[in-house]
Amino acid sequence: MTGFILSKLFRAFITLLLTVSLVFIFIRFSGDPAAAMAPPDAPQEVIDQYAEKLGLDKPLWVQYTNYLGQIFRGDFGYSVDSGRSSVSLFLDRLPATLYLGGLSLLIALTVGITLGTVAALNRGNFLDRSVMAFSVFAFAMPNFLFGLAVILIGALGFQTYLGGQGATISWIGVLPPALTLGLASTGSYARFSRSSLLETINKPFVLAAEARGISRARRLVFHAMPNAAIPLVTLIGLSLGGLIAGSVVTEQVFAWPGVGQLLVRSVATRDIATVQFIVLAIAATMVFANLLVDFLYLIIDPRIRAQ
Amino acid sequence: MKNTNTAILELSNIGIRLPLGADREWAVRGVSFSIFPQQTLCLVGESGSGKSVIAQAIMGMLPAALPLKEGKIDLLGKITPEQRSPEFNLLRSVKMGMIFQDAVASLNPIKRVGHQLEEILLVHGVSRKERKPRVLKMLRDVLLPNPESSYNSYPHEMSGGQAQRIVIAGALLLNPALLIADEPTTALDVTTQAEILELITKLKSKFDTSVLFITHDFGVVSDIADQIAVMKDGEIVEQGSAQNILQKPQHEYTQKLLKAAILDASKEKLEETEEILKADAISLTYKKGFLFNQREFKAVQQVSLSLKAGSTLAVVGESGSGKSSLAKCLLRLESIDAGRIFYRGKDMTNQKGVLLKDFRSKVQVVLQDPFGALDPRFKIIDAIAEGPIIHGSSREKANLRALEMLSLVGLTPQSAERYPQEFSGGQRQRICIARALIMRPEILIADEAVSALDVSIQVKILDLFEDLQKRLGFAMIFITHDLRVAAAISDSVIVMKGGKVVESGPTPSVFKNPQAPYTKMLLASAPGSGVGEVK
Repeated sequence: MTGFILSKLFRAFITLLLTVSLVFIFIRFSGDPAAAMAPPDAPQEVIDQYAEKLGLDKPLWVQYTNYLGQIFRGDFGYSVDSGRSSVSLFLDRLPATLYLGGLSLLIALTVGITLGTVAALNRGNFLDRSVMAFSVFAFAMPNFLFGLAVILIGALGFQTYLGGQGATISWIGVLPPALTLGLASTGSYARFSRSSLLETINKPFVLAAEARGISRARRLVFHAMPNAAIPLVTLIGLSLGGLIAGSVVTEQVFAWPGVGQLLVRSVATRDIATVQFIVLAIAATMVFANLLVDFLYLIIDPRIRAQ
Repeated sequence: MKNTNTAILELSNIGIRLPLGADREWAVRGVSFSIFPQQTLCLVGESGSGKSVIAQAIMGMLPAALPLKEGKIDLLGKITPEQRSPEFNLLRSVKMGMIFQDAVASLNPIKRVGHQLEEILLVHGVSRKERKPRVLKMLRDVLLPNPESSYNSYPHEMSGGQAQRIVIAGALLLNPALLIADEPTTALDVTTQAEILELITKLKSKFDTSVLFITHDFGVVSDIADQIAVMKDGEIVEQGSAQNILQKPQHEYTQKLLKAAILDASKEKLEETEEILKADAISLTYKKGFLFNQREFKAVQQVSLSLKAGSTLAVVGESGSGKSSLAKCLLRLESIDAGRIFYRGKDMTNQKGVLLKDFRSKVQVVLQDPFGALDPRFKIIDAIAEGPIIHGSSREKANLRALEMLSLVGLTPQSAERYPQEFSGGQRQRICIARALIMRPEILIADEAVSALDVSIQVKILDLFEDLQKRLGFAMIFITHDLRVAAAISDSVIVMKGGKVVESGPTPSVFKNPQAPYTKMLLASAPGSGVGEVK
C-alpha cells in the first residue's frame, strides 16, 4: 500500500518535471523572446539589453537550471506587460474559471448520469434511443458553435445579450457558458454511465441478489450502481483534470474573465512567464486529478486496495 | 424424516419455449420430477441440455425471452412460480436458496460478505440486533475457520472454496426447504470440490433441506445423489433412484456419461523410444510492479521432465500449480531464469533466429478455449494454412495440406470456407488440432485442451488425439487438472503443486500406487469412487 502510494507520487513528480522541461524547450525554440518583447523597431543593442536583463544571453543549460531553481523556490517570473507576478495574475482569474468549470461539471454529472441510467433501464426502446441520439449530438457539437447559437437565441428570442458581462462574475452570466461547456461532457457521461450500468446489471452477483429475494430497486441502488460507478471515476478525474484547460474556447466566446482568456491574451502578447505558468498549472491539474483518481480507487474499490 | 410422501417440489410436464430462430423449438419439454424431503436430486446433462433453464424456472427467474408455456411447478403445494409478483418472489426466496457455479462472481465485489449476508435478513424483516449473530452462526455452520474475519472480508480476498461456503451460507440463512445448486463445484479444484460436496451433504440433514443439484459430472453425482434425472436436448432421457441408474443405466446416453466418469489408467504400455524433449531443473519467476511496488511470483521451480518420442506425458495439478507456465517455458514463449531445455539433445534454452523458428514449427500447441483460439475473421482454411505459409510454403500447397488435415480430424472439406463462429466447441477444437498438426510437429502440447468441452465430446477428442498420435507418431505433453483425462491418455505423468514436481513416473504406477501425500489426496478427492473402481 505505502509502496503503491510512493510509486504513484514519484510518477506524478516525474510527469511534472517533464512538463516543466518541455515548456521550457518549446518556448525557447519558438523564436527569440527578447526580440518579441522589445519594441518592434528596436535596434539590436536594445534587444541585447533585454536578453541580458532576462538572462537569455547565458548558455541554454544554465538558463534551464536557473529556471528549475526558480520554480522550486516558487518564483514563476513576472508578466512583462503589467509587471505583476504571473502567479498573482493567474490567481486573480482562477475563481471565475473554477466557478464556470465546476458548474458545468455539476450539470454534466447530474444530467449525464441520470440520462444514462434512464437509458440503461429502458434498453432498446424509444427513451434509450432518444438519449443516445442526444448524447451523440452533444459531444459532436463544437462548443464555439453551440456557444454562438446560445448567444444568438438569447439575443433574438429574449432580447438579452448573453455574450459576456465584462469583468463581473454573476449567476446570469455563468449559466450560458456553463451550459455550453457542460453539453459535451453530458453526452459522454450519459453514454458511459449507460454502458457501465448495462454491463453491471447483468453480472452474476446481481442475478444472485435476485435469487436471494432482494428487490429490483434495491438491486439497482445498492448493487448495480455502486459497481457501475467505479469506471466513471476515471472519467470524472479526466474532467477535473481539464477544469482549467477545457474552458479556453468557451471563455473566449462568452468573454468570461477566466484563466482561459488570460492564456489567449498572454500568448498573443508573448508574455512568456504567464504562458509558462498557466501551461504548468494546466499540466499540474491533470497530474493531480489523476493522482486523486488513483487514491480514490483505493477507497472505493477493495480489489485495488488488495494489490 | 417427516412427510416423506409429500414432495417439496413437483414439476409436471414443464415446457419452456426458445425464441424463434434458435436451434430447437423448446428449451425443455415434458420435464417432470419430484423432490422429497431431505433428498438430493441430481439433474445431469451437458451444456445446452436445458438443466439450468429448469433451475431458473423454479426460481421464477426465467428471462422474458424464455417463457414457461406448459406445465406446472408446485413448491410445497402452495407456490406456483409462473406467477411473477414481488410477493411471490419474496416467498420463493424464503423457501428456496440457490448457489452458483462461480461463487466469487455471485457476490458483490465491493461489499463485505458479512454485510451482503445481512442484507438477506434485512429484506426479509429480521431486526438489526438479530442479524449479525445469525450471520456469524451461519458462517460457523458452513465451517469457515474464522467466521469473524470472514464476515469482514471482501469476495476477492477469498478462495473459490471459501466464497462457495459464503454463498451456501447465504442460501441457507432463511432455512429454506430446497437448495438449488447449479454446477457449484465445477469451477473448483478437486480437493476443494470434495470438501464442498461433503459440506452440502452435511448441511442437508442439519437444516432439513432437499437439494436439487445440477451437474454434468457423473463422478459428482455418484457421490451425492439419491435420485437422478439425466437430460439431453431439453428432455429427460432417464430418471430413477441413484442406485438403479449408477448400476444399471438403461439409456445409451447415460451409459456414455457414466463411462467418462471412470478413472481408467490401464493404457497399454509403450515400447522405449529415444528422448525428444528434456527439461533440466527449469525455473520461471514472474516479476510485477514498478519501483517501490515490486513483487515476485515463482511460477515454476526446478522442474525436470523427459519426453520420449511418440509417447504422452501428462502434467497434472490444481489451479496455480504452474502447469501452464511450464508449457509456456517449453514452448519458449517465456524465457526461463534457470535450467536448460534440450530438443533432441540440442540445447534450446537461449536459441534464437532460424533454429528457434525451426524448433517452434516442431512444437505445436492446442489451448483450452477453442472459442478464443481462433481468429473470428479468418476462414478455417486460412487459419490452418497460415502456419506453413509463414514457414515458406506456397499458398496452393498449404491449402491442399489444410484440406488433408481437415479430413484427418474428421471435418468435411466444405468446412474450409466457413468461419469459426459456425462451429461448435468440439468442432473448433478439431480445427485447432488440425492447425497444430499441419506443421508436422514432433511434439504437441495440449494445455487443458478438453477441459472446456462436454464429457461426451471430451471422449471423442481424446480418442482423436490418441488415434492421430498412433498414425503420425508425435509426442504429447497433456496438461490437465482432470485425473480421469490424464489416466486415459498418458504413458507417464508428473504431478505439480506450487510450481514444483511432487511426483512423477509411469501413469499406471502413479495412479495405482501413489507415493507423495499430495498425489494420494488428489486421488482420494477425485469424485466418483462409487462409479467404478480404479482399474
